[in-house]
Amino acid sequence: MAGTVPSAPARKLSAGRLALALVTALILLFLVAPIVVVFPLSLSSGELLVLPAPGYSLRWYEDFFTSSRWLSATWNSFVVGIATMILATLLGTLAAFGIFLGRFPGKALLLAILSLPMVTPVIVTAIAMYFSLSLVGLGSTLTGLILAHTVLSVPFALLTVLASLQTFDQNLLRAAASLGANPAIAFRRVVLPLIAPGVATGALFAFATSFDELIVALFIASPGQFTLPRQMYAGLREFLSPTIAAAAVLLILFSVLLLALNEFIRKRAQARGASPSGPTA
Amino acid sequence: MSRRNLLAAALIAPLLLLVTLSFLVPLGATLYRAVDDSEFSTTLPRTTALLRAWDGKDLPPDAAFAAIVEELRTAQQNQEAGAVLSRLNFEETGLRSLLLQAARASARLAPPVKDSLIALNPRWGEPELWRLFKRATGPWTSLYLLRSLDMRPTDKGIVHAGAEDAVFLPLFWRTFEISLIVTVICALLAYPVAYTLSILPQGWANAGMMLVLIPFWTSILVRTTAWFIILQREGPINALLLAFDIVNQPLTMIFTRFAVYLAMVHVLLPFAILPLYGVMKGIKPDYMRAAASLGAPGWRRFLRIYLPLTMPGVAAGSLMVFMLSVGFYITPALVGGSGDQMVSYFIAFFTNTSVNWGMAAALATLLMAMTALLVIVARLIVPGFRSGNVKV
Repeated sequence: MAGTVPSAPARKLSAGRLALALVTALILLFLVAPIVVVFPLSLSSGELLVLPAPGYSLRWYEDFFTSSRWLSATWNSFVVGIATMILATLLGTLAAFGIFLGRFPGKALLLAILSLPMVTPVIVTAIAMYFSLSLVGLGSTLTGLILAHTVLSVPFALLTVLASLQTFDQNLLRAAASLGANPAIAFRRVVLPLIAPGVATGALFAFATSFDELIVALFIASPGQFTLPRQMYAGLREFLSPTIAAAAVLLILFSVLLLALNEFIRKRAQARGASPSGPTA
Repeated sequence: MSRRNLLAAALIAPLLLLVTLSFLVPLGATLYRAVDDSEFSTTLPRTTALLRAWDGKDLPPDAAFAAIVEELRTAQQNQEAGAVLSRLNFEETGLRSLLLQAARASARLAPPVKDSLIALNPRWGEPELWRLFKRATGPWTSLYLLRSLDMRPTDKGIVHAGAEDAVFLPLFWRTFEISLIVTVICALLAYPVAYTLSILPQGWANAGMMLVLIPFWTSILVRTTAWFIILQREGPINALLLAFDIVNQPLTMIFTRFAVYLAMVHVLLPFAILPLYGVMKGIKPDYMRAAASLGAPGWRRFLRIYLPLTMPGVAAGSLMVFMLSVGFYITPALVGGSGDQMVSYFIAFFTNTSVNWGMAAALATLLMAMTALLVIVARLIVPGFRSGNVKV
């Protein structure tokens, strides 16, 4: 409360506060306006992306859902996204539990190495993937793309799960062991249910990272492996058709769905008292 | 090793293996291309052996003249000369045609080859050319890294390119400048938003936060696409400006530096708001109350107490924004003009279009170095900075 003396009897709406509220509203408008503007543009009945549209129709959505290119891109995006999510979550969760359990020096260094793909500029990762995947015969394959996306998104799964393990009480493991549970059973029956929100958040992030990824796809996907972002980029480079606006709207709606899912996981975890402390600050 | 550590190692191993094999090794191999110089020695092995034995004074032995001509011809016949020709021509334009001329004439060159070759083109008699070849025998070169810094290795040491020939230093400077401006704008815009959201009643704050999180979760490409559409000559902004007679002809906004700033700030602003909001939420009103009770006026309370307390949030957000900006590729490529491209664009260009992988790797190495420096600075000046704290 920088601007006021909170003990003042009534909160006055000073000029300063009003200006602050106005500035905030304008900046928030700047953040959402471009996203909102795409909606009416995508519903235009005309061939050009102009506002006001000459009329409104769903023709560009029809175009999206009947175009073999866009449909194949959608299919590829989901295949790669789901495979990446499964791989990244599995490897990330196991490694996070390992780091949590282990009593060895150099944990910080290990963690730094494992999260290196996250801080490396994506273009550098992309050309490294481009050179090496073609060398082992995985260039222009969905498998190659899945591998690359897993590397890019695994740090998110790792760090999210590790964060939720911070609140985990090691005594529970001792209790499980004293009751005769072997480590695998203890992990599945005791640890996993407690860190489930963290795992779910990590999985969501891994999926979203892959689903939104363009730069690696730009280098290693041929038209047969085009994902939605790659197809969209190709469209922007060729001819600016309103189908691109329709695709953008569908992707925005899907992002909002993912965000809602993330909020749902967070709320549920909060209600249960555990904090998933996901990467969304 | 204890049983506990054995289990831990077994759990970590699969991920470590994945990251090593499909990230660290490819990355290392790629960055190694920045210093690798194997084209000459692979294609022209006998010449390489002769040149390595040569002391670099005057001209190499006659055998080297005969060897290079013969090996070039064989390579040319087997269509294996492309790589070494590109490598040498990159170091000095014109060498490709010089070498091709020699390879074509090789059958007609009367012995001694040395004299015939010099008669064919007097350049073959220049010791400087042969010293260039000797340098190209590898196994390593500083050529690409130096070129990425607008320098070139020569006989007499390293030569700087003139101001009019400089390409890459201005490129790095431009990348730095764009990133810095975007970072400052983001910090300035994030501060009032984060502050307002931190003092609003929870319901309003949550609603406001949604307006930050929706763009945050929408992919960079989709948001850049939105700007790409909006900024068109016939796009909504120009339509609005024309309708209200603010301008009488459409403004050129797409493919300009302005468009790059606009779209980049839009993409990166949430990264600045979120950490700042977290810090502001954690500040107890007691501090401000204490300052007020001691009679400090509003602006003074802000400058002396609130601002220093929120600085870690500003620093964390700004470093995140700056780090991401430096590696930006898609946004400038789509909405910027040819003079607004950043380092990443040229890495892609040298990989795909001009197929000069040494230069792509050298620029990638320097970009990595720039980013690493930032991470180190971040760790030093921001306590508890974790780059993994935000969704990229």
